[in-house]
Amino acid sequence: MMRKVSRLSRFNIASLALGLAFLYLPILILVLYSFNTSRLVTVWGGWSLRWYREFFNDRAMIEAVWMSLRVAVASATIATLLGTLAAVALSRGERFRGRTLFSGMLYAPLVMPEVITGLSLLLLFVALNAERGFWTVTIAHTTLTMCFVAVVVQSRLGSLDRSLEEAAMDLGCNPVRAFVAVTLPLIAPAIVAGWMLAFTLSLDDLVIASFTTGPGSATLPIRIYSEVRLGVKPEINAICTLVIALIAVVIVIASLASKLSSSQGESAAPL
Amino acid sequence: MAEELPGTNLAADAAAGEAYPAAGQPLLRIEGVAKTFGTFRAVDGVSLDIKAGEFFALLGPSGCGKTTLLRMLAGFEAPDEGRILLGGKDIAQALPHERPINMMFQNYALFPHLSVRDNIAFGLKRAGMARADIATRVGEMVALVKLDGLEKRKPDQLSGGQRQRVALARALARRPQLLLLDEPLAALDKKLRESTQGELMELQRRLGMTFIIVTHDQEEAMTMASRIGVMKSGKLAQIAPPRELYEAPRSRWIAEFVGDINLFDGESRLRDGHRLVIGTRDAGTLVVAEPREPVGAGRFAVAIRPEKVKLSRRGPVSEAGRETAINRLDGVIADICYLGGTTTYKVKLDTGGMLQASVANSARTDVDAYSLNQNVVAWFTPDDCVVLPS
Repeated sequence: MMRKVSRLSRFNIASLALGLAFLYLPILILVLYSFNTSRLVTVWGGWSLRWYREFFNDRAMIEAVWMSLRVAVASATIATLLGTLAAVALSRGERFRGRTLFSGMLYAPLVMPEVITGLSLLLLFVALNAERGFWTVTIAHTTLTMCFVAVVVQSRLGSLDRSLEEAAMDLGCNPVRAFVAVTLPLIAPAIVAGWMLAFTLSLDDLVIASFTTGPGSATLPIRIYSEVRLGVKPEINAICTLVIALIAVVIVIASLASKLSSSQGESAAPL
Repeated sequence: MAEELPGTNLAADAAAGEAYPAAGQPLLRIEGVAKTFGTFRAVDGVSLDIKAGEFFALLGPSGCGKTTLLRMLAGFEAPDEGRILLGGKDIAQALPHERPINMMFQNYALFPHLSVRDNIAFGLKRAGMARADIATRVGEMVALVKLDGLEKRKPDQLSGGQRQRVALARALARRPQLLLLDEPLAALDKKLRESTQGELMELQRRLGMTFIIVTHDQEEAMTMASRIGVMKSGKLAQIAPPRELYEAPRSRWIAEFVGDINLFDGESRLRDGHRLVIGTRDAGTLVVAEPREPVGAGRFAVAIRPEKVKLSRRGPVSEAGRETAINRLDGVIADICYLGGTTTYKVKLDTGGMLQASVANSARTDVDAYSLNQNVVAWFTPDDCVVLPS
């Protein structure tokens, strides 16, 4: 398909530049100042990796990073599993009563204010008398991210030709085998993208985590937030730079995966 | 699935294998099958017998239930009523993978993540065939559909015609007792479609397999099938070989659906031996042959195919003596449609109706051609007409 690329007008260039600057200038400054020698956040004192060293010697901070990574991996994995199952049930299952309601309910957390999600989960955990810590945060993050995974996987399933599964059954697969042999490989990129999305969402989250975590198990965003309240240390800049780098890598991989997924989808579509 | 000796010739296997009933033996019996979606009765009491080695076509307009019927044979839909017997066994409720039936899908449904080889081998692996046998069978299939050298390609690296071949090879690889083809040629362009029709027929004859094809294209059905079942609103309207379907359609609807036809409504006036005299509103009095199943008095439609109508400048010449039996209609040429091999003339009859006549262009020069507004005589014999219930 040849599409004529329209050239950007001056106005478009200007508005694009402004928009990008608005989005990325603060981050750029943060990254720049993470390499600052000076203890003062606002004064440039030359290049240095001093704050990165300081961060790696900060036990509490390292523990928070470790906690965040564990929560992110665990909740993303559970969310991917549940979200994929929900997506499959919604797009492949027989039409059942209340299906529209069910899919609506699945997507509600997408637009639910995090404060409400966090508060309701906190009330639940208190009511259940659950000890708050790693698992409560993980469960809360699973609740938050599962619907994102379901959206990504369901859109892929929706674009997949159903006759592919029928062909697999026609050629000797029972429905489960047909799913494993044909559908799963074709939606795998979407599942990977969904996992990555869930992972970054969990890593970023402050609100829900601060509602559902307990003493001694702070995630990185909580830790950073409480440090900043006592004054911004350049060390925070260093940590944030690392987090940004990690998330950037994950997002690039996720978008590559979904691109791969959609290019396979094109070949799956009939001419 | 019968597992034959590896490396043997497919056609010989097909003929010798006990999984294949001998040609002409009853293979499939559909008894009063019905399927309802919500309030829509997609298939409404269809009964049909198919013999081994037949090339059967289900023909009908879209929405007539032909695809639903095919999907019930494949096992993707379960009939609400009726039985489907394959080799005497009721398979109506069996799952797709439990049936010795394979299907070629309209959009081919090739697995995009697998190569041509793996697509063809897919069903064989599921059948638990040994690796070496699979390789041999895939080789045979690739040769059969002439895809040599493309085994490692993915479906998106193939042309439309090549994909169609892969789909066919994949469906044939398990040597089903019955192959279902859902509009197999719809996605191909005209030239390729015609050559593929020939290849499909050749293949079916050589393998001695039973094919059921679903199509909305009557020419395709006529060309390929040995018998055609015409479907309308979930029911089988007529089951007949192509010639019978074309020359002796059972109803007005079938006559109009299959090919072009002139229809004149009228009332029977007189019975003269095995001739009926029918007075029509638009074409005057017509003499027609009594249909095989005698009809009583009442309202009828006289149907006549355009190529049975002869045109001349002065009237029927050579058939002297039979003059009285010939239907002769005067008119003027109102429209000319040149189609290359034939020309279709629309004649405005003096009696008021329109008559289509298709004339073969047997000479290169147009000395015989008629021109617009020219007076002509159209004529046809009583045997060329079909009497249909109105």
